[in-house]
Amino acid sequence: MEKHIQLPLTEEIAKTLHAGDSVYLTGTIYTSRDAGHKRMCEALARGEELPFDPKDATIYYVGPTPAKPGQVIGSAGPTTSGRMDAYAPTMMSVGARGMIGKGARLPEVVEAMKKYSGVYFGAIGGAGALLAKCIKKAELIAYEDLGAEALRKLYVEDMPLVVIIDSEGNNLYEEGKAAYLSSKKQ
Amino acid sequence: MREIQAQQITDVVEKLCIEANQYLPGDVQGAIRKCRACEDWEIAQGVLDKIITNFEIAEKESVPICQDTGMACVFLEIGQDVHIVGGNLAEAVDEGVRRGYANGYLRKSVVKDPVRRGNTGDNTPAMLYTEIVPGEEIKVTVGPKGFGSENMSMIRMFKPSAGLQGIKDFILEAVETAGPNPCPPMVVGVGIGGTFDKCALLAKKALMRPIDSSNPDPFYAELETEMLEKINELGIGPQGFGGKTTAIGLNIETMPTHIAGMPCAVNINCHVTRHKTEVI
Repeated sequence: MEKHIQLPLTEEIAKTLHAGDSVYLTGTIYTSRDAGHKRMCEALARGEELPFDPKDATIYYVGPTPAKPGQVIGSAGPTTSGRMDAYAPTMMSVGARGMIGKGARLPEVVEAMKKYSGVYFGAIGGAGALLAKCIKKAELIAYEDLGAEALRKLYVEDMPLVVIIDSEGNNLYEEGKAAYLSSKKQ
Repeated sequence: MREIQAQQITDVVEKLCIEANQYLPGDVQGAIRKCRACEDWEIAQGVLDKIITNFEIAEKESVPICQDTGMACVFLEIGQDVHIVGGNLAEAVDEGVRRGYANGYLRKSVVKDPVRRGNTGDNTPAMLYTEIVPGEEIKVTVGPKGFGSENMSMIRMFKPSAGLQGIKDFILEAVETAGPNPCPPMVVGVGIGGTFDKCALLAKKALMRPIDSSNPDPFYAELETEMLEKINELGIGPQGFGGKTTAIGLNIETMPTHIAGMPCAVNINCHVTRHKTEVI
């Protein structure tokens, strides 16, 4: 099923999304990889605020290439989400709801998603040139010293994604493979 | 004897770093298009279409195919009648990587210490391999390697009694364990034989060989075909969303080994399997 979603990702919207849905996201998202997540979680542990308001926020796990002159951003496909598993439940506990990446997640992340109505979206890994096309604005907001891993605020239009794990814990990686294999047995 | 300036090596490495990251090799493009034509699962067809559009955009606009522009794996086959003058070889290669990653707007993805981290800022050092061969030329191959797939690679030191079945099971285990993480459809490089270190290098070299080619030994050529078919029966599919196209190619490289061992390494690569070669 194809759905067009306007961010922020409220709990109400999150609950309408199901594993396997094709979605096109429009709105503001934030970028962060492991080094950025580590800093954010350390800041939260010290009782400090995050560089952005996490309420209903969507975080894109990406470290883009540098923009060529005239480009908004360089190639910007997803990185492997499993490296953020140690931090994702903490991020959801302060209000972040959407995650964009690729690859498997740990059961504790899925449990946190069920608890906080989180959604895990997959962007096509390795399609960095294509995904950059839907990023209309990019602004560096924190941790500049991390280079490609710095925190950026992006404005995206119709970013093509697939819901991999929904807020009920349904998982396309398990269901998609099983459905394909059972179709072959018939 | 032929003299080659270190500067020439720098220039070629710079050029190959940029081109390898922007233009997907013809064999890989062809394999992806062929798999798209054979794919009968709807969500998989959609993913493969986007993957094709992506490498077309990268080529047309001269931008990186993937944001993980990798560690620069540089293979030099140096003719024994070549004398490199005007600089140090390893420094010449690193300077080429430095310039390529700066001038090509490629991502700097190398940290200076594996535990203490800290980005080197220029994507150096290169992962440099040199081999002395007959002749008076230098063959330079640059293969940028992303780590989403590198992290899913495996090596195992088998007892010889594990036999061919042990190798087959291990290849499938590596691909199944990798699952959606290495951005399938994958290219699988298999090394069998040698020592622990040589075996891993064989697997990496297998990824540098065109995927429309076969191992010259018919025994291993058949094994390549059989294992690619078995992998494409796993159902993982493009991006792990389900489907036929889990891998677009599988190459095996082998060498003699010890009477007591049968090492096997599986180096996983993604659909952005990049490499470019030039002869100086």
